[in-house]
Parts: sequence; C-alpha cells; structure tokens
Amino acid sequence: MSKFTKKKKNRMQAISTASLPDIVFMLLFFFMLVTVLRSDEPLVEVKPPSASELTTIEQKNLIKYINVGPPSDKKERARRGDASMIQLNDSFATVEDIQDYVAFERETMNEADQKKMIMSLKVDKSTKMGIVSAIKQELRQASALKILYATSERKRTGSES
Amino acid sequence: MADIAFLLLVFFLMVTTIDTEKGILRQLPPPLPDDPDIPDVRQRNVFEVLVNANNNLLVEGEYMKVKNLKDAAVKFLIADGVFTELGENENLPLREWVRQADVKAQIDQLEQRLAAATSEDKKKPINKAIEDWEKKLGAIEFFGEYKELPGSALISMQNDNNTNYDTYIQVQNELESAVNELRDQLCLDKFGITYTELSKTYDRLKNDEEASAIYKKQLYAVRAVYPQRISEAEPKNLGQY
Repeated sequence: MSKFTKKKKNRMQAISTASLPDIVFMLLFFFMLVTVLRSDEPLVEVKPPSASELTTIEQKNLIKYINVGPPSDKKERARRGDASMIQLNDSFATVEDIQDYVAFERETMNEADQKKMIMSLKVDKSTKMGIVSAIKQELRQASALKILYATSERKRTGSES
Repeated sequence: MADIAFLLLVFFLMVTTIDTEKGILRQLPPPLPDDPDIPDVRQRNVFEVLVNANNNLLVEGEYMKVKNLKDAAVKFLIADGVFTELGENENLPLREWVRQADVKAQIDQLEQRLAAATSEDKKKPINKAIEDWEKKLGAIEFFGEYKELPGSALISMQNDNNTNYDTYIQVQNELESAVNELRDQLCLDKFGITYTELSKTYDRLKNDEEASAIYKKQLYAVRAVYPQRISEAEPKNLGQY
C-alpha cells in the first residue's frame, strides 16, 4: 500500500505571486482615473479668454474662486437660458450673495492671510461686462480688493518669438 | 506587464496638468465715499479708451482695432521722449525732467520735516514720500536723469455693460503690455534681461534679502521710469445684465 501514501499527503499548492504587481497596478490605475481632484463640481462652463501679461499665484490657499459662465448642464441651460450665471462653491448664486460669500470665506482663512486674500474671477469669454462690473462693485463693498482675472496664456501682440 | 504599467503611469504623470493659477492681477479701488472729489485732469494727460456694446474701441476719439491699441498706448507713454527731447505734441502729455539735484534737495527737506515730526502718525506719510523720492534717485543712478509722466497722466478705460468680457480682457491686456514692453526694452538695454525675467528672479529670491537687494533696486528703478497707471471709470448703469 506504500504507493498510495504519497497521494494521501495532500499538501497545499502555493499560489503564484507573480501577478500580484499587475493587480496592484490595475488598482492604482483604476483609482487614478476615477479620482477627481477638484472638490467643487463646476456648474457653469468657463472658457477663459487668453492674455499675455500674466501673474502666477504660487500660494493657492490665498485664492477664492468665483465662477461665471453659461450653465454647463443642458437641462439647466434650457431652463435658465444661455446667459452667464454666477457659481459660488457648489451652487448658483446671485450678485447679492457675493458679500456674504466673501465674508464667509474670509472667516475660514487664518488671520494673517485674510488681508492677502485674492478673488479669482473665472469668467467665460462670452459673458457680458454688466455682470462682471456688478461683481466687482460687490467685491469693493466687501473690501476684497485683490482680484485675478483667470486667463489662459498667449504671446504678446506683435511679438514673433 | 509591470513595464507596460510603468509606461502608462509615467505617461499619465506627464500629461496631467494640475491647474495653475495664472491671470491678470488687479487691485480694485476701495469703495467710494458718498461725496467723491473729482480731480481736475487735463485732457492731454488722459489716454481715453472707450469700448461700446458692439466691442468697438474708441481711443482718444478715434475708432481703433485692438491689435493697434498697444502701439497707441506706447506712444502716449513716451510722448515727448524719456531720456531725450523728442519735441512736444499738443495732444500728448508733457513729461517733466527729474533732476538729481532736485531729488536730493527734496529728500533733504523731507528728512528735516521727519526729524521735526512729533507723532508716528505724522511720520508715516513723510516716510512714504521719502521712499518715493528715493526710488526716483535709484532710477537716476541706473539710467541717468530722465523725464517722468506728470502725476495726473493716466490711461482711462470705460466699457459698456454689454461689452464682451473677452474684449474687456484683451483691452486690459494690451494696455498692460504697452507698459511692460517699455519696461522690457529698458531692462534689456541696461541689465541685459527682460523685465519679466527680472521680476521672476526677484520673486524667486524674495526671501533672501541680501541676494535680492540688487534686483529689487533694479525693479523699482524701472517702475519709477515707467509707472503703470491704468484706471477704470465707474460703470454707469449697474444691475441690468
């Protein structure tokens, strides 16, 4: 019977780990692709104008955003029209909300940075100046005087290089 | 398989751009008091840019295209010459010479007043005035005596409520690029790098006071010769958009 004893010793087969890195990488890619960096969902579509005289802001924690543009959602656009809307945080807002928004955002910053706050206006190209002027007036009233017109970069007019 | 994954990983790392915050930085004027006193500005000292609802430009009373705006603004800014006499033009501002002796005399005078001032409140404006004059003195050190724009000279822009935001930004950009172009030229001539590079270098070294001192001096000197004076007229009828 000795020839059957080997079979009875049913040892567990080790699982090959050769494919483990692949699985890890697949997971990595999956999470990389589905993770969205931006915390606030854009409700308005902003195609910024281009300009050549740009300032780059290094300290992002000083920047607070005001988005202005036509609604990006089709249903929303059908309901509200193509005119530019203001988006503060995660919702549509009116010009009157801006002072409260500024005051609120200012509170969330630490005291030393409050004076350095920069309001970044992300405004769509097609927007009419009426709404932008109104926002600027509100910002002046809220004494948020440093503003940044977010733009994309282009070359200076008339320069070849 | 792992190699392919790495390739993919590197590829995504390279093509992903994290939003950089770039744009035109502006300082808004503080809210107006109820009874603003409007300074009397002479017509020749104002470069007037009007933009209407159809995005047309009216510059100093003449129709103009955006691409020509920069050159027109440059012409206004260097009207009768900066370091030399080019001759006066009736419609453009008349620059005034900044003489080294005058500037020194002014600083001496202010320093006497500073010594005589009793309270901190009185010292503050005097200190600021001295600082301004010293910037001019610094500019003379680098470039020699120059002519400055009269204090009231400015570029004024007004737009309609139906002007496109894009046009507004283009106009703002062109006006700013006029000043920057002049600064670039001056910097290239004297320091061998453009103004843009100079200010970038200064920004990088800002925390190291000793290393950045020379760049700071150069920056202030260039700014003293070509100050940026863009003003926006109060928008007229708000609320309708």
